[in-house]
Amino acid sequence: MTALASAPHTHSLFTVSRTMVAVMVCLSPATAQGLYQFGWPAVILFALTLAAAWLFEIFCLLLAGRPVAPFAGDGSALLTGWLVAMTLPPWAPWWIGVLGAGIAIVIGKHVFGGLGQNLFNPAMVARAMLLVALPVPMTQWVAPSDPAHAPGLRAALDITFGAGAPVDAVSSASVLGHLKSQFDAGLPMERILAGTASLQDQLFGITAGSLGETSAFLLLAGGLCLMLLRIISVVTPLFLLGTLFGLAALARLLAPESFPPPLLHLTSGATMLCAFFIATDYVTAPVTAAGRALYGAGIGALIFVIRSWGAFPEGAAFAVLLMNACTPLIDTYIRPRIFGRTRTGKPLPLRDRT
Amino acid sequence: MGALLSALLSSIRGGVHPETRKFLSAESPIEPMPIPALLRLPLQQHIGAPAEPLVARDDHVLKGQLIARARGPISANLHAPTSGRVIAVGPFPAPHPSGLPVPTITLRPDGADRWAPRLPRLRPEDAEPEEIAARVAEAGIVGMGGATFPAAVKLTLRDRYRLHTLIINAAECEPYLTCDDRLLRERAEEVADGAGIMARALGVTKIIVAIESNKPAAAAAMRRHNLGLGHPVQVRVVATQYPMGSEKHLVRAVTGRETPARALTAELGIVVHNSATAQAVHLAVRYGEPLLSRVVTVSGRGVARPANVQALLGTPVADLLAHCGGLTEDPDRLLLGGPMMGQPIRSPRVPVVKGTNGVLALTRAETRKAETMPCIRCGACVRACPCGLTPFELNARIQAGDLEGAAAVGLLDCVSCGCCSYICPSNIPLVQGFSFAKGKLAETESRKHQQEETRRLAAARTAREEAIAEAKRAAMARHKAQMAEKKRRAAEEAAQAAEEAPAEPQEAAK
Amino acid sequence: MITAAASMSALGLGLGLLLGAAARKFHVKTPPVVDEMERILPGTNCGQCGYPGCRGAAEAIAEGGAPVTLCPPGGRDVALKLAEIVGVDCSGGPEISGMTDIEPQVAFIFEDHCTGCTKCFKRCPTDAIVGAAKQIHTVIWDACTGCDACVQVCPTEAIVLRSKPRTLQSWYWDKPDQPLAALRTGAA
Repeated sequence: MTALASAPHTHSLFTVSRTMVAVMVCLSPATAQGLYQFGWPAVILFALTLAAAWLFEIFCLLLAGRPVAPFAGDGSALLTGWLVAMTLPPWAPWWIGVLGAGIAIVIGKHVFGGLGQNLFNPAMVARAMLLVALPVPMTQWVAPSDPAHAPGLRAALDITFGAGAPVDAVSSASVLGHLKSQFDAGLPMERILAGTASLQDQLFGITAGSLGETSAFLLLAGGLCLMLLRIISVVTPLFLLGTLFGLAALARLLAPESFPPPLLHLTSGATMLCAFFIATDYVTAPVTAAGRALYGAGIGALIFVIRSWGAFPEGAAFAVLLMNACTPLIDTYIRPRIFGRTRTGKPLPLRDRT
Repeated sequence: MGALLSALLSSIRGGVHPETRKFLSAESPIEPMPIPALLRLPLQQHIGAPAEPLVARDDHVLKGQLIARARGPISANLHAPTSGRVIAVGPFPAPHPSGLPVPTITLRPDGADRWAPRLPRLRPEDAEPEEIAARVAEAGIVGMGGATFPAAVKLTLRDRYRLHTLIINAAECEPYLTCDDRLLRERAEEVADGAGIMARALGVTKIIVAIESNKPAAAAAMRRHNLGLGHPVQVRVVATQYPMGSEKHLVRAVTGRETPARALTAELGIVVHNSATAQAVHLAVRYGEPLLSRVVTVSGRGVARPANVQALLGTPVADLLAHCGGLTEDPDRLLLGGPMMGQPIRSPRVPVVKGTNGVLALTRAETRKAETMPCIRCGACVRACPCGLTPFELNARIQAGDLEGAAAVGLLDCVSCGCCSYICPSNIPLVQGFSFAKGKLAETESRKHQQEETRRLAAARTAREEAIAEAKRAAMARHKAQMAEKKRRAAEEAAQAAEEAPAEPQEAAK
Repeated sequence: MITAAASMSALGLGLGLLLGAAARKFHVKTPPVVDEMERILPGTNCGQCGYPGCRGAAEAIAEGGAPVTLCPPGGRDVALKLAEIVGVDCSGGPEISGMTDIEPQVAFIFEDHCTGCTKCFKRCPTDAIVGAAKQIHTVIWDACTGCDACVQVCPTEAIVLRSKPRTLQSWYWDKPDQPLAALRTGAA
């Protein structure tokens, strides 16, 4: 026996890498659906982003002089890369994926001190920076194609590494983008809604959008799995979706001519991805249940506000980043009640003293 | 069904559910153990002041003879577990992770196991509460769940608090341990009687035995023996959840009431005693037998034959392991107590003491030791903490050296149950950090106290020296005055003599 | 132009007067630094610092002639507190960080060498040594500050300073290692 260690002398099976793997597994159905419907260019972009994230991680670890093996093997960099890829337009050129992974890992994570130290969600930092810096390639959506007309591997390589996507393929717009541009153009809401994809298509992801955000149903299923595995708590998604739905329903009730129906908010854009896989990120969210409720509700409200009145049709990334900034504050003020003490930290009053 | 429902209701906030692995030893009846070749009896097997040895080297002692007496109000007597010869009274490594030497009486049993005169029997039905408490103190009984607080002190709480309930803690929430389970199954009557005696000493009539829902046989046995000294003994099944056996959490689960921070459960009118303590009280009061042995669970995958052994106090851990077939492999950790709060030991030569409820040899597969990773703020520790603390935050403050800051956010309310370290996905040794910080804070406090003491001593010395100097000066002055007086008188005398002197020659001349 | 200059001057004058009045009114009397430092020092007047007693040491620090690390029995804690008062940067100062957190020292008498000369217990500032002439002396560890005074006067060199023996009550777990985040492969 070497040096003695203090109690406890046993441990749960819960570890960082197991958590990361579980999240990736739960994310894979939605990813697979996205890869299938957007074809080879999406597959190449996805693989490239993951590989880039992993290599950037190793590079940063070497640069910081940290042990590489335990950190590169824990899966956190792969998950970050995965989430970045999920938010990219599926036929984006290769350098967007690499740049996104680089921003996420280097600026989003390692500049703050590596695993566990970052204030902002790395994937959302990457998405927000790309969206602001490169608005055109970041909003070039493709219509979901039936496999018969999908580009082959050679054509896909050409799309990702070469000349880019053919113009006619990228003419499509995401549901929210379509909504925003049409509404800004002065069209009545009902006419616009008639032109968007059906609710069923949105649920199963047969619509234009980022690589991994289209299938609300599969993302919901993956999120529920994570809850069953007790990896994420029900609080954040519940409050996020609840607030978004509530506000949207209220707005629709008050002014049906200016606001889309609330269900559209839940099924479109990255709402589901955000609720189950982004807002539940441990590092950047508050730790107590009450704190998480506030955090989730804040994100939900911000998404609604940005979508309704902001410059971008899609607000999840900005909403998450804004609430990330509030996390330290929430953690300072919302803490559990200590056993035997009142909320203010004083011992409970004595009652039976004789 | 009712039991299940009550167990569901009687749960505590937070907590964890480690694999209990009680099946390893749960079906082995309590077995006696042959008297070992040597017994090592540390003078401090309890919280409080160490006992004062009454024997010297080469003394022959009889079984049950008092060999060390309690020193001060919070201390405990120690008796010879068997007859034999004292071969040493001196330092020996403590059954403690530090392995520091502590004063220990080493006894070489003679094998005759001859009893000294036992303590006179008491009839608890007629005995005064004070008599019972005195007898428990005489028998050297301490809290046998591991806390080792002298039991008699807890039996005199009626002087200061209005008590109404005695809870017998048989939750046994630590994984592996089955000694209380077996005790209840095999000696429920004795436990019930001991509980009744303690209830009389405390002046209460309500007795509740709290048992975790994973020990139905123990609960059934207890229900069969549901009278303790005429008082009904109520069995309460609580949820199988760690740390249910923590005193204040058990009271919360059983009665729904929360003990205020820094206060005793007696504030709520409730006293909690361990079931093994109750049985020891029964033996001491009914039969005049002091605390000489206890049931120890020897378990873990590293032990060839896990068992529950009635071991004499002072039995070396090595002998106990050998009795259970020895080790199957070099264990990753050798522990006294359970895996969640037990103490690792450096050497199996250390003895079993009054608070040792388990001896565990855990293999690597059981400890699941892994490399420590940085905190990812997952909040698992916050959810698991039964005390409502934020362990990850405490740890961050301690690592940054801000111990006062950690104390400000609740460090001193931590009960070191280990839930946070157990659940932490990054394997951060949170509890060790808290133990360090608590020890360091206590040390700083005592150093501050010592500095004040030093200042007082130094001031006293200065004052004394000044007083001495003053006295010396005064003495000197007096002396001088005296000398001056003497001189003056001598001069006077001389003058007188001189005056008279001329007469003398005249006289002589006559 | 003139009005502007006049108004600005008037404003400046008024505010300056206000500030001056406020400084008078809310003047906080700072406690004499020497007294405060004397309170922090052990107060045993052991003389290891080379100044006449703790009061002398406090005065020397206040005048800037002595470093805050002058008190060996006080150790790192006292140095840090003194540094706080005199405003020395104590975060990375080489002197203080060089003062490792030494364990408290106590005197230990080798009984074989002790002649019972009573010099040490006459010198002990806290009366921590007990004994009588021609008798072996012994140290009460709870009262000993490890000030070294007795070591210097012992004619037979029978006294040494040792770190205070740890007991089960005073023992605690070491601070656990930092997680991997802080490790550097180069340094490790």
